[in-house]
Amino acid sequence: MEKENKNYTTISIPTPLAKKIKDRIKGTGFTSLSSYVTYVLREIISSDKEEDEEAFTKEDEEKVKDRLRALGYLE
Amino acid sequence: MIKPHGGELVDRHINKKNINIEGYPKFEINTNSSEDILNIANGIFSPLKGFLGKNDLNSILKEKRLENDTPWTIPILIDFDKNEIKEIKEGDTILLENNETGVRSLLDIEEIQSYDKKLLAQSVYRTNDVNHPGVANIFNMKEKLIGGKISLIENKVREYDKYNLTPKETRLLFKEKDWKEIVAFQTRNPPHIGHEYVQKTALTFVDGLFINPIIGKKKTGDFTDDVILASYETLMKYYYLKERAVMSILRTSMKYAGPREAIHHAIMRKNFGCTHFIVGRDHAGVGNYYGPYDAHDIFSEFPDLGIIPLFFRSFSRCTKCDSVVNDKICPHDQKYHINFSGKKIREILRNGQIPPEDMMRKEVSETILKFDKTFVE
Repeated sequence: MEKENKNYTTISIPTPLAKKIKDRIKGTGFTSLSSYVTYVLREIISSDKEEDEEAFTKEDEEKVKDRLRALGYLE
Repeated sequence: MIKPHGGELVDRHINKKNINIEGYPKFEINTNSSEDILNIANGIFSPLKGFLGKNDLNSILKEKRLENDTPWTIPILIDFDKNEIKEIKEGDTILLENNETGVRSLLDIEEIQSYDKKLLAQSVYRTNDVNHPGVANIFNMKEKLIGGKISLIENKVREYDKYNLTPKETRLLFKEKDWKEIVAFQTRNPPHIGHEYVQKTALTFVDGLFINPIIGKKKTGDFTDDVILASYETLMKYYYLKERAVMSILRTSMKYAGPREAIHHAIMRKNFGCTHFIVGRDHAGVGNYYGPYDAHDIFSEFPDLGIIPLFFRSFSRCTKCDSVVNDKICPHDQKYHINFSGKKIREILRNGQIPPEDMMRKEVSETILKFDKTFVE
């Protein structure tokens, strides 16, 4: 069961895993189990390598290309 | 192409034909705020769609993140005199104008708030010392902040606009050049040999270099914008492959917030489509307020930043090695090292002399010396 407040929520992980993490973060910059787990989860969540979708219609794209050519950025 | 920060490239332009501006209360804003509006509207500050409200502001000060956990370190705020906005309430829309930039923008007022200047300064700058230019700016701000989305109606064509590309344009430019990995270099100085070495070292490992000088309000003694742009044009003309390097300006004021600003600088370059960002020694620092590598260390707090920082230490020329070196790669004593001191180079140029060629390219020095006004007064 998750406890929630406005900014943080408490999640449950197996106790042996928590112990391993506590051992692992000794002497590192991580000040708590929570700060380590937050770091790892942020890293995983952000590893979405999905390509950015096209932001242009064909007409817009040509307009932008024209400007880039006029400014000398494109041949 | 790398995703914009927060996942979506913000576009906050509206067609002026659809707007009757006479219907809105008008407020003249300062140039810095109007530049913020342009940067929001063009997606440089993505995912921001407007000026920050209380929850985002508090979250940035405490967590260095927006309320939704997206990394963000520099509050983007707009301040008003309490008497000036006494007739205005949340839910209203006002018109913001600035003569210099020609910005006309609507601001939908979601929140009006008071704020603690000391807390703001201490959180962003780690000091309340009014000798810090960023802190001084905060203490000069008016009493009230307004949070809400902006909609840019128009702005005028200005000097240097031929160098001024939006993230939409740079993203398409990189695509057309078939650059998959792009390293951004932030600068506010003409290039010396150390800068060139850093840029070319980084470029060796990626497809393209995006030189992105900051144009805008600077402090006395900084190089003028004209000098910075002309000196880079010269360097690129003589010493860079045209198909591997582009330059475009970024109009924003320097905050001198050191490590926090380094993150902000990286986020903006991510929005331009860059995958890597060069962070040098004392990035965005001023005086002795930050440690020389604080701006490197802060990146370890952001595994989810989405742009790769490339950390560079300070470089010098070693006369024994006969090359550019740093303390990790050269075994020789300091007496053999010539530092690329910006201060020293400025002094030499101020006296109308050409710095030694092992500090600055002769063509670059000559370009700078052609200007009557080299420094901000």
